[in-house]
Amino acid sequence: MKNFEANYGQWILRYRWLVILACFFAVLMAASGGQFLSFTNNYRVFFSEENPQLKAFDALERMYTKNDNVIFIVTPKNGDVFTNKTLAVIEELTEQAWQLPFSIRVDSITNFQYTSAEGDDLTVQNLVEDAEKLSASDIKKIKEIALNEPVLKNRLISRTAAVTGVNATIQLPGKNETKEVPMVVVKAREIMNDFNQRYPDIEVRLNGMVLMNNAFSEASQQDMQKLILPSFILMIIILGILIRDLSKPWYSLLVLFGALAATIFIVASYFTKGVHLVPEAIYKPLSYIVIALPFAWYLLFMRLLPGTATTFLIIIFSIMAAMGIGGYVGFPLTPPSMSAPTIILTVAIANCVHILVTFLHDMRVGKEKNAAIIESLRINLQPVFLASITTAIGFLSMNFSDAPPFQHLGNFVAFGVVASFILSVTFLPAVISLLPVKVKQVDTDKDQLMERLGDFVVRNRKRLMFGMGGVIIVLISFLPRNELNDVFVEYFDESVTFRANSDYMIKNLTGLYIIDYSLASGESGGVSNPEYQKEVAAFSDWYRQQPEAIHVNVFTDIMKRLNKNMHGDNQDWYRIPQNRELSAQYLLLYEMSLPYGLDLNNQINVDKSATRMTVTLKTISSNEIIALENRAQKWLQENTKYITQSDGSGPTVMFAHIGKRNIVSMLSGTTVALFLISMILIFALRSFKIGFISLLPNLVPAAMGFGLWGIMVGEVGLALSVVTGMTLGIVVDDTVHLLSKYLRARREKGLGAEDAVRYAFTHVGRALITTSIILVAGFSVIAQSSFELNAGMGLLTAIVIVFALAADLLFLPALLIKFDGKGKGK
Amino acid sequence: MKIYLIILGLFIVSFNVIAETAEEKGLAIAVEADKRDTGWGDQQAKLVMTLKNRFGQESRRENRNKTLEVDGDGDKTLIVFDSPKDIKGTAFLSFTHALRPDEQWIYLPALKRVKRISSSNKSGPFLGSEFSYEDISSQEVGKYKYKYLRDEKINGRDTFVVEAIPQYNKSGYTRLINWIDKERYQPLKTEFYDRKNSLLKTLLYSQYNQYLNKYWRAGRMDMQNHITGKSTSLEFLEYKFRTGLKDRDFNRNALKRAR
Repeated sequence: MKNFEANYGQWILRYRWLVILACFFAVLMAASGGQFLSFTNNYRVFFSEENPQLKAFDALERMYTKNDNVIFIVTPKNGDVFTNKTLAVIEELTEQAWQLPFSIRVDSITNFQYTSAEGDDLTVQNLVEDAEKLSASDIKKIKEIALNEPVLKNRLISRTAAVTGVNATIQLPGKNETKEVPMVVVKAREIMNDFNQRYPDIEVRLNGMVLMNNAFSEASQQDMQKLILPSFILMIIILGILIRDLSKPWYSLLVLFGALAATIFIVASYFTKGVHLVPEAIYKPLSYIVIALPFAWYLLFMRLLPGTATTFLIIIFSIMAAMGIGGYVGFPLTPPSMSAPTIILTVAIANCVHILVTFLHDMRVGKEKNAAIIESLRINLQPVFLASITTAIGFLSMNFSDAPPFQHLGNFVAFGVVASFILSVTFLPAVISLLPVKVKQVDTDKDQLMERLGDFVVRNRKRLMFGMGGVIIVLISFLPRNELNDVFVEYFDESVTFRANSDYMIKNLTGLYIIDYSLASGESGGVSNPEYQKEVAAFSDWYRQQPEAIHVNVFTDIMKRLNKNMHGDNQDWYRIPQNRELSAQYLLLYEMSLPYGLDLNNQINVDKSATRMTVTLKTISSNEIIALENRAQKWLQENTKYITQSDGSGPTVMFAHIGKRNIVSMLSGTTVALFLISMILIFALRSFKIGFISLLPNLVPAAMGFGLWGIMVGEVGLALSVVTGMTLGIVVDDTVHLLSKYLRARREKGLGAEDAVRYAFTHVGRALITTSIILVAGFSVIAQSSFELNAGMGLLTAIVIVFALAADLLFLPALLIKFDGKGKGK
Repeated sequence: MKIYLIILGLFIVSFNVIAETAEEKGLAIAVEADKRDTGWGDQQAKLVMTLKNRFGQESRRENRNKTLEVDGDGDKTLIVFDSPKDIKGTAFLSFTHALRPDEQWIYLPALKRVKRISSSNKSGPFLGSEFSYEDISSQEVGKYKYKYLRDEKINGRDTFVVEAIPQYNKSGYTRLINWIDKERYQPLKTEFYDRKNSLLKTLLYSQYNQYLNKYWRAGRMDMQNHITGKSTSLEFLEYKFRTGLKDRDFNRNALKRAR
């Protein structure tokens, strides 16, 4: 092994041209998979196929119609929907909404099928027809009907009559969702803009599941523009400064910015290919430029900044290779997986930094360039390999997540980590050896700052151990303050239009949280059974009394109304029909008189054995939803005989369970990762004791992070469930580097524990701090994401990394001296 | 109206063959089809309706139809429902009209009353099936504007392909495309285009039989909804013609008596 590491560097230098060529070729091959990448736009991507809540919802949608929707929220500026003008606009909008691609149904207050009776005549008609011609008394009557109609109030008309909605049900064919969803959205926006323009007295907004699905892909793309490039810029500057590569700072910075402006284009065009935002005629040549530009840039500026430029190239290569391989495997781009490039970027830098820091250090103390490269590889090959493999394992642990986007994210990053490792021990030394590298010669390149820090830690080890120990315990004690919560509306921040419109809709019209119940009667045609109907009606009444409920849509309301109509509109008959035949015949009669698209197929299944009850809720926490659903189930169990099956389902319920499911599944993922990583450490460091000690600084940071989170935020959800496994792989790197240097000092140099700590500090301290700063910066950039899942994950990860650095520098040395201090080394 | 159209059609066919436009040819085909299907008087049949959703769940409905041919207007139809059990004995009477709302009455045995339905809707699903009442009620020439598109062969039979644009403003469709058998002047296939002019449903007619040596009737119709994936098949059994039905068999009292 020792021999291999020493010879490895020579071998790389001997075949450097071959190595460089092979790297180019391999990266190009892998990156070509990028053509298969595309943005997904379906919230369902967050649920694995085995997810029980998804299965329940699929079963429900199989029975009735799918309920993807687009809702036009209409607000007249005079504050009253019931005027000739506004009603006419809504009539027109209702008509226009049919023009949405894949629309199968449109509901509004104007096309509501109002039934009324006169003698033995039953009239079924649109509630509003020819609104322009209605008299004031007609309008008054219509308003009264609408505001007293349980089907409409708080669903399509606000209780104040100030806001109304036109709801289009969309049945996506599901053949190519990346195209279908934008098609619907484009048309919906066209209609909205048209109405806003033609009717300045009225404001139209858009919302609904289709818009939410679209927001997922829009947020991904927004993130790409908002995050990836700033992170590149930030990284390069930090890197340049920290490895002291910028010999003429201002000039170099200027050059850097120019080059980065070009990069904006490169990365953007690489990732937007999937959705064809750019026509093929443009992106084809662009992708060639994508490949050519880094080389051109490199050729021009490598002389100025060899280390930074090469690192930059490795980052680009790693990202392209990782995303390309992901494309070949068939991973979709989702908001979570769109943070992969930024993560790869930060992790890839770390590998390069370790190799470059040693290399530059050796050159400063007078080694010849190639000798310095060989030495740097000898020293760093093992720790960089270990750090990469442990990081990869940490990210691969995300495969245990129940939410596929996080599996994809983990895999994308793992690919990138492996690619960056390979490149940083092949491409990096091979290229550096070809470049002119000038460093200022010094007698001893002692890192005085680090030396002092090492000294300080050794001297104050007892105080640090207890001090840090105290901080750790206090922080961890706040861990239980975290409560599970996934509010999917709040996955998007206010800068996303969908979020703003959702907030508006929730405030002014109706809720976005919906629970669907398929209430089965247990027999074909059983929905007409009056006993069954009474129970359904009682269940809906119970729900209406719950403080969380805004609206309940249930077909027994229609039956009651029909019964009343059939008895000359006598209010006393507003109740469930007394026998089964009557119910069935009313239903038949009613169905015969409905227009296209307003039938009951969305509420009653084919053999009329079950009905769907839809409850709209206020925006409440995951725990409250689960509690409410449990209350509902309990009520059903105690009060019903005829309703045989009644699971509540829908996206709301699915997201309410997703956090807990993921935490449970990630618990096993993290345990596996922890076990594997510890085994690797014990094996590689050839010490059970040291491996065991390393557990503490590896595990504690995540616990501290969650403790601090408990104080600051107190809510955890889907995104944070993956943080422990993910950060484990990252924070281990610091430990690996520190311990491997420490052990080298103990074993090769025969130093005691205290001096070995000082040695480790001077040799790896700066690199550790550098990489940590880079990682924190990188994840802080992700914390700016407009997608809350990414933002929370980024922020918490950054916090954990800071704690990890503190634990490694201030806590681990004390532990080492305490438990490994006996004996003066070998 | 019909006679006027027939005369117009004959005029077009006989005197203007060469200069005939696509619209004229389409109309001529419709007129010819209508002419060939005139004079059968009355008919009765049993109907079995099978509803299927996209996942193969099935549901069956049975009823009996009686139709009286009305000269110059839509036909009168009386439907008696036999199953499912809870709607057994319910009877539905309708006078079809081309361009204005149909007149409809329904007898509810559970209420023992006849109710008149006042509704301008014809486009809703008939008994929850993929057929709307618009699809199965009598097809008057004046219901549509026509345009001949092309000739095509279906299952070895030559057809005219004719586009029909509904003239009733509450129709659920923007247009229909009919494949009309050249020999029998009966449809073999119809495509229905919804309000955004995208293909909604396809109807296939099969098992044609000739009655009274003149009138062709499909024994089976299969409607496929392309958007929801649901389908409905209609089977017509025991066709009977000229059974002596009169106007008085198609009024409110008759509706009550119908079993």
